[in-house]
Amino acid sequence: MGPSHRRPAVAKLRGLTGWLFVAPALAFYAVFVLRPITLTFQYSLYDWDGIGPSTWVGPANYGKVFTDPDLFESLVNAVKLIVFFSAIPVVLGLAIAATIRRIAASRLALIARTVLFLPQVIPLVAAGIAWSWLLASTGVINQLLSLVGLGGVTRAWLGDFATALPAVGLIGAWVLLGLCTLLLLAGMSKIDPALYEAARLDGAGAWREFVSITVPSLRQEIAVCVTVTVIAALASFDIIYISTQGGPGNTTMVPGLQIFYLAFSEREVGMASALAVVLMVLVIACALPIQWFAKDGNK
Amino acid sequence: MARRVRPGRSGAALVIAMGTLAAACAAPGSDSPRPQATSASPVSAAPTCGTAPITMNGYFETGFPLPKALTTEFTKQHPNVTWNIREDQFAVITQNAPRVLADNPPDLMRLPQVSELVKDNLLKNLDGYATAFGWDKWPASQLQQLRLGPGGRPRGEGSLYALGLNFSMTGVFYNKKLAAQVGMSAPPATLAEFDAVLAKAKSAGITPIVQFNGGATGGLAFPLQNLMASYGPPEPINDWIFQKPGATIDTPSNLRAAQHLERWIKAGYFQKDVNAVDYATMMSRFIGGKGLFMFDGDWESGNLDKQMAGNVGFSLMPPVQEGGKRAAMSAPLTFGIAANAKNADCAAFFLNWVATDKRAREIGVEVGGSRPMGPADAYMPTVKAGTVTAGTLAAGANIAKDNGAMDFIANATGAIYAKSWTPQLQKLVAGQQTPQELLKTVQADYAGQLEGN
Repeated sequence: MGPSHRRPAVAKLRGLTGWLFVAPALAFYAVFVLRPITLTFQYSLYDWDGIGPSTWVGPANYGKVFTDPDLFESLVNAVKLIVFFSAIPVVLGLAIAATIRRIAASRLALIARTVLFLPQVIPLVAAGIAWSWLLASTGVINQLLSLVGLGGVTRAWLGDFATALPAVGLIGAWVLLGLCTLLLLAGMSKIDPALYEAARLDGAGAWREFVSITVPSLRQEIAVCVTVTVIAALASFDIIYISTQGGPGNTTMVPGLQIFYLAFSEREVGMASALAVVLMVLVIACALPIQWFAKDGNK
Repeated sequence: MARRVRPGRSGAALVIAMGTLAAACAAPGSDSPRPQATSASPVSAAPTCGTAPITMNGYFETGFPLPKALTTEFTKQHPNVTWNIREDQFAVITQNAPRVLADNPPDLMRLPQVSELVKDNLLKNLDGYATAFGWDKWPASQLQQLRLGPGGRPRGEGSLYALGLNFSMTGVFYNKKLAAQVGMSAPPATLAEFDAVLAKAKSAGITPIVQFNGGATGGLAFPLQNLMASYGPPEPINDWIFQKPGATIDTPSNLRAAQHLERWIKAGYFQKDVNAVDYATMMSRFIGGKGLFMFDGDWESGNLDKQMAGNVGFSLMPPVQEGGKRAAMSAPLTFGIAANAKNADCAAFFLNWVATDKRAREIGVEVGGSRPMGPADAYMPTVKAGTVTAGTLAAGANIAKDNGAMDFIANATGAIYAKSWTPQLQKLVAGQQTPQELLKTVQADYAGQLEGN
């Protein structure tokens, strides 16, 4: 449509029509996203048990989030989980996707793709239960270890202070690996084969191809993977609720679980809201730079 | 191509968005209509369920068949009463209790820790019914834990806010076959004898105690409190649980108990993976004969009689001195009536029926496995001799005689179990906490939680 001299009234009407189309989504967003966020922020400034009258406490709840060792420790645990939920799936996913791509034509590639993506289809609660059986003191993992002569290291992985957090992280890595692999594989199929051909003509090996062509071309896909998995790590709840409930001795306590306990068991709605706001800010603080980084690379 | 939105338009969007946020203006909790504190409802004659058709709303705990068995029998005797029952796991009931009582008040509900519910005026004061039905003439110890002072503190005295379907009790279950293997012909009579049996079992390659202590449920609180009752009197423990002013858990006798528990841990009397064992795993291990002792309650008596018929015994925790008084954690299976319940009279009539009707008391023992509530001279159903149910009922009578009923240390505040006992006991198992510091930390958390209320 070329530039036309529309009368202002028509333009106004068009604008209104536009808003009319946006209105349902906007209303939905306002009621179910903006309003809860605002209410959570408001609650975070009160001492409230969820039923009775509330007392204004200002920013005191936020102070407690950072000074109460239990609450702060849960934030630290969430950051530690990023290694398992994000770093392992993305790095391993890249390697696996590159391998699958090389054997793309074979039936093995199809099988590998399906098997790796399967954890995404299984409900997280079921995955949590299955893994807590595998990791139990008499579970398959300990049986295998004993079989190969490593009976000395067997333990209740989810009940041990040193291994509970890595064990929970492992479950998360298992769940998210398939998602990352599939996303990266899809991204790889978009890379122009001519680039590889040119590189090979220049004498590049498989590793050089991977580093100089595959990874840079996947910048956006990697950014999506990292964003999704970092958020999954920071906001983790279900796997941990099912497998350890934050134990032993708070070693696997994460903010999501802590918020749940604070709000519904301890009935400290104000504290729970404050921690939720801090968690939201933390998620945004992690996700925004990743987004910015991806866009920057796009130019 | 991105279309630029003029500031005026986004301003309009902001107005729309802000409009939906209007509810955020008032302080939270100020807008919801809240019931006022109910004083004893004046009840002239004992209320009944009448003769007109009536549907009772119940909110019960999943996995425990007793309440439904009772309501079914009640409908048989009072056909005008039908039941609309919602069930949830106890943890869910705990989380939902305040909101359900406020928004959708049930006539009869399984209750978690009641202090905060009373503080928020969510439960009906039952004093009027107690007078009308004569509950105040029952042995006082049955109702002590259900009495609360104004505002929910302290517990143990004041108005009655709930009633029990029965009175459950905890102690030590033992596997008779394994007991015979280590030469234990009768339950130990002193703590020293108990220790000797544990040591014998350990050296015979039998797990001395199966217990749960994983996740958010620190089951070592069971042996700990039993040891507390061996070393000291139960009254100060009850005072602490009831939030009496000045009460502390950090006492010399409790320290001895915690140190004793630590010795058991260090001696390897619990399974190595106890920090990863949940309640269901503990039950399946004990039933599977994988351990000699288990600290648990008589709500499992019926189950154990079925699954380990003839092979399971029950004993109260032995005292330090032979012949000393015994105490046990025992508490009513707590049910209450919402402050705004529609059929409160009928619910109260039902609770009275559970305690006084002959058939109801039989169901209470057969299905529930615990002693019925009610007058001291009420009909007591007979149980087959030699069953563990018979054992727990007899032990209950002993506890009543010794005045040794204690509430559970996990019930002192709404958060003390998950927030304090559980992580501290898990740390004790892992050798990351000392008995001294454990009690100090729990006491500090307790004080902090009371202050916060």
